[in-house]
Amino acid sequence: MEQTLRVKRFDPENPGASGYQEYTIEVEETSTILDALIKIREEIDGTLSLRCSCRASICGSCAMRVNGQAKLVCKTRVNAVAPNGETITIDPPGNMPVITDLVVDFKPFWDKMRAVEPYLRPEGPVPETEYIASAESMDHLVGVVNCIMCGACVSDCTVLEVDSNFLGPAALAKAYRFVQDPRDSHKQDRLSVLNNYSGVWDCTRCMQCVEVCPKDVNPMGRIMKLRDLAMEAGFNNTSGSRHTESFAKSVKKNGRLDETKLAVDSMGRFNVPALLDSAPVGLRAMRKGKFPWKAHKSSEPEMVKRVFEKVEGE
Amino acid sequence: MKYAFYPGCVARGGTPELLVSANAVMDRLGIEREEIVSASCTGAGVLQERNEKLGDALNVRTFALAEKMGSPIMTICSTCQGVMSQANRRVLRDPEYLAEINTILAEEGLEYKGTTVIKHLLWVLVEEIGIEALQKTFTKELSGLKFAPFYGCYIVRPSDALGFDEHPERQTSLETVIESTGAVAVDNSGKTKCCGLPILLINQSNAIQMVANHTGEAKDLDADAMVTPCPLCHLNLDGYQPKAAKRRPSGKIDLPILHLPQMLGLAMGMQPKELGLQRHIISTKEVIGKAAAAPAAVG
Repeated sequence: MEQTLRVKRFDPENPGASGYQEYTIEVEETSTILDALIKIREEIDGTLSLRCSCRASICGSCAMRVNGQAKLVCKTRVNAVAPNGETITIDPPGNMPVITDLVVDFKPFWDKMRAVEPYLRPEGPVPETEYIASAESMDHLVGVVNCIMCGACVSDCTVLEVDSNFLGPAALAKAYRFVQDPRDSHKQDRLSVLNNYSGVWDCTRCMQCVEVCPKDVNPMGRIMKLRDLAMEAGFNNTSGSRHTESFAKSVKKNGRLDETKLAVDSMGRFNVPALLDSAPVGLRAMRKGKFPWKAHKSSEPEMVKRVFEKVEGE
Repeated sequence: MKYAFYPGCVARGGTPELLVSANAVMDRLGIEREEIVSASCTGAGVLQERNEKLGDALNVRTFALAEKMGSPIMTICSTCQGVMSQANRRVLRDPEYLAEINTILAEEGLEYKGTTVIKHLLWVLVEEIGIEALQKTFTKELSGLKFAPFYGCYIVRPSDALGFDEHPERQTSLETVIESTGAVAVDNSGKTKCCGLPILLINQSNAIQMVANHTGEAKDLDADAMVTPCPLCHLNLDGYQPKAAKRRPSGKIDLPILHLPQMLGLAMGMQPKELGLQRHIISTKEVIGKAAAAPAAVG
């Protein structure tokens, strides 16, 4: 069958000429998008640059955007994306500088990965044989160890789009793997770093990373778990942890969310600069009759509270 | 069909105009409903990050209440839709987990059998009422207006919890409904991205940059307004737009953020006050004027 691909081109020596180029080729019903791109390169246009290696979704080289969403193209069939032969748009992965065509510079990815010290840091006497860890203590890490560092999650992270300092989903998922490793002795230091600005609290929970990860690593889920671990470890003096606590308190009390209290508690009741900074927003809302003066309640807040306490008490 | 109505906390809090306009539009459409008055907050993903089972237990309680009423749940909040869909998927996939939660609910005289369907008004319009019937309630054809869709994360991701395999039309439902009014649905790349609200109280600078990017892009694409089925997105995109505007070279954005029912109400020829359009931070005057000047709907 015939298929058209609209491919983003970028020539570093002639940046002004970058744009989309359309190629129409014959593909098989079983062809992947990678098969199609390789065919274009081999049969139509030898100047098209892309990264690939194993062609079996193991090496993590061929992540790129397909119709705006990051995918491993070796794992994505043409007919799954374009069942009726629609044109498919291919872009390089996002949030990383483009070197040429579909090839990006992974330096920001590796810098973040290095920043979380992705290796075991055990203390104490070195055992004569290997460090022993029980199966139960490691089993739950299998999912996160499956990461092939393809960068799909980083490509589509909505926070990295506005803040290149954010550690990002791949590095944070990796950090989780070492925070939870029973052989590591630096859980507290690790959590302390991750609790900082650009760390776990900056994630928006938009689920892009969960959606695009080709290996079901669930980076956002790991970030949420890291937040929980940080609070358990005593790192409670952040807007993020105050936000979570205030939210829970409000639902426990009223069965519903008290937005005004949530805002004040998250900023910190005595954080005068932040409160003053937000005052114009509150005043504008008051003027427009959309300031929630009174907390609204479930008609049975006591029942909600009992369920709340039972689960929390488990 | 009668729905178990779940307006969500924000429609009763920071966006009262959503509830007013949704009720007006649902009355016009003849949607029968009864609010689940004792329902709790869904947890909005925040409770879940602290204790997933806690969030699930509260949501399963709501599902059990709706099941007792014999009605599917209808919400008007993308976030509530997504959080409830995820919770429902988790308990339906794991009968033992559901049994554990039911043990807790049994003490409150409740049990969830697993039959509750949860649908946002947006999906109800497309799947139950149908575009043709919807169009019959329009008195205006909003041709000449351009609306930028903005879904809200939870109604688009994770896709496997939202029934997209069975209902692929959900993925473009907002554009479908916008176009049904005769307006143009602008193709803004931010439409399925995060509005920034979840980190507004944590990293305001990033949250505001998201507002600047999304509303700025829509404005550059000549949109008259943005339309969202998510009140949380509205809170940030409308309330913080004045701050976000300072990050644009022109220092201006001025893009009204309409709730989905408000756009429908304009097509139904309703008065701006009936739709709470005076309760916006970014003035809706211009878009109201354009809608009022729009031609009568044909048929």
